[in-house]
Amino acid sequence: MSETEKLLDVQHVTVEFHIGGLLGGSRLVAVNDVSFSLDGDRPEIFTLAGESGSGKTTLSRLLLRDLEPTRGKVLFEGRDLSTIRKRSEFKEFMKKVQPVFQNPFETFSPLRRVDAYLIDTAVNFWMASTRRESVQVVDDALRNVGLSLEEVSRRYPHELSGGQVQRVSVARALISQPKLILADEPVSMVDASLRMEIVNLFRKLRDEQKVSVVYITHDLATAYYISDRIGIMLRGFIVESGPVEDVLDQPFHPYTKLLKESVPEPAPKERESWAKHIELGTTEVKEYGRVGCKFAGRCPQVMDICRQVDPPDTQLGLRTIKCYLYRDN
Amino acid sequence: MTLLSVQNLCAYYRTEIYGISRTVRAVDGVSFDLFPNEIYGVAGESSCGKTTLIKVISGNVKPPLKVNSGSINYHFGAYDIDMLHISQEELRRNVRWKEVSYVMQGSMSVLNPVRKIIKTFEDIVDTHERITDRKKFLERVREHINRLGLPTEVLDSYPHQLSGGMRQRVAIALATVFNPSLIIADEPTTALDVVVQRGVLQMIKDIQALSGNTILLVTHDMAVHANVVDRVMIMYAGRIAEEAPTESIFNAPLHPYTQHLIRSLPMIGERSTKASLRGTPPNLANPPSGCRFHVRCPYVMDVCRTEVPDLVPVRENHRVACHLVKEASL
Repeated sequence: MSETEKLLDVQHVTVEFHIGGLLGGSRLVAVNDVSFSLDGDRPEIFTLAGESGSGKTTLSRLLLRDLEPTRGKVLFEGRDLSTIRKRSEFKEFMKKVQPVFQNPFETFSPLRRVDAYLIDTAVNFWMASTRRESVQVVDDALRNVGLSLEEVSRRYPHELSGGQVQRVSVARALISQPKLILADEPVSMVDASLRMEIVNLFRKLRDEQKVSVVYITHDLATAYYISDRIGIMLRGFIVESGPVEDVLDQPFHPYTKLLKESVPEPAPKERESWAKHIELGTTEVKEYGRVGCKFAGRCPQVMDICRQVDPPDTQLGLRTIKCYLYRDN
Repeated sequence: MTLLSVQNLCAYYRTEIYGISRTVRAVDGVSFDLFPNEIYGVAGESSCGKTTLIKVISGNVKPPLKVNSGSINYHFGAYDIDMLHISQEELRRNVRWKEVSYVMQGSMSVLNPVRKIIKTFEDIVDTHERITDRKKFLERVREHINRLGLPTEVLDSYPHQLSGGMRQRVAIALATVFNPSLIIADEPTTALDVVVQRGVLQMIKDIQALSGNTILLVTHDMAVHANVVDRVMIMYAGRIAEEAPTESIFNAPLHPYTQHLIRSLPMIGERSTKASLRGTPPNLANPPSGCRFHVRCPYVMDVCRTEVPDLVPVRENHRVACHLVKEASL
């Protein structure tokens, strides 16, 4: 496949942070040699899942060009993000890639009415030249998420429910008619009875608006429900990736296995096995600093080589696994 | 013998700004019992009154929150208290932390960031029982920490040096240092990842099995309830919608709200489309008439709009507040 066909192409990206003072201190590799891509012609939902501190958010900042990679590059529609220098070019890029954040109440200023915010967004992205036109643009975006301008006009964020504000936040992202939406934990702050509404909305956007979504979450159950492909992150690495049904129905990497086992089933039938004891990581920094596979300290199938060299990527059908157990297949 | 008996509790937030008074009926007619040696779950969405209920039963009632009616009675062995009429001094000296302790959601705000963990233990123990022999105290804390399966090094660490899961487990260790009869855990794992959540909940279960006390676990996550608690109470808009043993709630939920909560949960291995409920959780300053769920209920009848359904027993230990469900003669 040629590069121009890809919507988003992340190539061997590494981000390093320096911790500590000017002298001494240590390096923390937050994203470690990560590669994945999204096709341009077929919209899909790609999930990045992992524990907190696994590098999910750092990776999303890279994709939004909020952070430059230490090594490697991120291509959007064939263009390297680090070559975007001018303000106007950045604005063009922002029009195509839009974020949806975790807490909808922090997305909007509590002192401004949400409709004013949405109309400003439309004007700033040149989606409309006059105020009247922008009203139409905003209303269209809101209708895509099952609301209308009438419902939200003259309302402050606190006057809407969590689910509504999160839908408005998705509508805001849709105003510029993006090709890619980056949703960082979009449902974790939304009430249980409204959560599926937002999750279903992403499915609808993919199928009807042809928008690709990078869905960042730690909730494997919703990830399984909406996504096409999934990448499991651990301490900066993507340890396993592939079609979501393959990866979660039959995980290969020992970490994915542990992760899947730890998701509590919403039925009281497996109480005993779920309460079996597991090893927990002591502190985050310790695992980041580990040489070789970051999971070696907790892995039940650990071998000597795991503690010495970073495991290479192994291709197994549609799946990529970073583990020595599958090296020979 | 009950450990805690709550009868018809009503607790409202009353505010008055520029002569406009507003009453938020956060807990409105709640009755339930807690027994020794059980894990009891409280489930419900945000602003359904879960946290207010905990505040009131742990004796943290401060304006604008006010208890309007009802009773809260504890029976700690030979020692009984009436939580609504106890003096602050007695509450502090004999009840809080010694009989009823509390694990909060953000363990970061429990632990003092500029003091080592052992100092926080010292502060708490010293407030309730003067420490006379420091050596003995250290011994006791070490033993307690080890019994819960935490490494002794955590005592000499600062909170920021520990991972989120370890901090939460330290917070639980702090709450259990006096071996209280009741531990209230308010969303103890909400900010944690699945693997860490599992570890923390396992620790809570272990403690309960070890010391036979009662745990009141509040969380909105039904999957956690399914795997941890013995009995569950489902709250909706300040009232109890349903209360039953975990098995019954998940295998045969009777209230339409409970049914929705359980059926809408996504599961690994199943991708059928899940619907969400119409409407939004009600504003408790102006709750709907009759059954508070009627605006969102798929099976709404005329009677639901006008009459408040009573919480009636339908089976042993299973109570439901819904007009669809007839009271069983027990």
